[in-house]
Amino acid sequence: MRLQYPSNIKVIQLPCSGRVDILHLLKAFEDGADGVYVAGCKEGDCHFLTGNFKARRKVNYVKQVLTALGIEPERIEMFNMSSAEGPRFAQVAREFTQKIQELGPSPVKTAKAA
Amino acid sequence: MIVGDSKPLEEILEMIEGKDRVLVLGCRGCVTVCNVGGEKEVGILATALRIARKMRGLPGHIEERTLERQCDPEYIEELADAAEGYDAIVSIACGVGPQFVAERFPAARVYPGINTTFIGGALEHGVWSERCQSCGNCLVHHFGGLCPIARCSKSLMNGPCGGSANKKCEISPEVDCVWHLIVEKMEAMGRLEELERVWPVKNWITSRDGGPRRRVREDLKQ
Repeated sequence: MRLQYPSNIKVIQLPCSGRVDILHLLKAFEDGADGVYVAGCKEGDCHFLTGNFKARRKVNYVKQVLTALGIEPERIEMFNMSSAEGPRFAQVAREFTQKIQELGPSPVKTAKAA
Repeated sequence: MIVGDSKPLEEILEMIEGKDRVLVLGCRGCVTVCNVGGEKEVGILATALRIARKMRGLPGHIEERTLERQCDPEYIEELADAAEGYDAIVSIACGVGPQFVAERFPAARVYPGINTTFIGGALEHGVWSERCQSCGNCLVHHFGGLCPIARCSKSLMNGPCGGSANKKCEISPEVDCVWHLIVEKMEAMGRLEELERVWPVKNWITSRDGGPRRRVREDLKQ
């Protein structure tokens, strides 16, 4: 299965999506990421039972922080997929990249250039 | 522990408007335990403030520091070499923190980054409940270990009132009627007759009604 997904996506591997921290997500935006998404296991399929639910709550928290800062909350999302769903991984990667391209560069980055 | 809530980011951004060098100051005491003002939250707030600065093309001199406690002078002293070099210090300790920092460093501009809400405990991870109003004269042993001062909306000593319905207080279906709980508990303990005691009006002088409180321990004082 040689699936293609956009090369601008930087994959950061974690043992479980529950390991994602609010700070990891915010630091990505601080460093100029245009968008961030967490790819966790399907709901109900977490090996640690609730890791992916916790990740979703953290993503929602960061959405609130971004909104308060005046950044589109759509720049961060949580997706659920099984590790056997390669095609879905590639599809989500393409769709999210497309959405972020429509939103344009992060306001953090554009201000830096100004 | 003392429980607090983060202030809205917009309010903090307004506080530090035009201030170049900013310190976000955490506390490893109560506010760390209630996840509002510890090292982790310092990192989150400072990062959010840096993002806000970057978005406006401003320099992001937002520094982070967390003290062991902000309610003891010896820890506040750790800021001696740096405090007055900041244009703003945002303390995310309880209300004591910003006051102790401002008192020790008179020239520093200190801002509270959280709202201190109550003395309470964690019911579960992420849920806290008020349990003490620091009235200065604890009587919980007469009420089955439940405090009618902090947990009854009217602080009734001889409850319940007519607003108790279906175990809940009339102010909100979310609030338990503590007097309902007291009666149930005392009944279960076989101590119901103890509730026949009529309590006279409480002397609130040991509480805030007696003015700001101060405690001196001669055996400890130097």
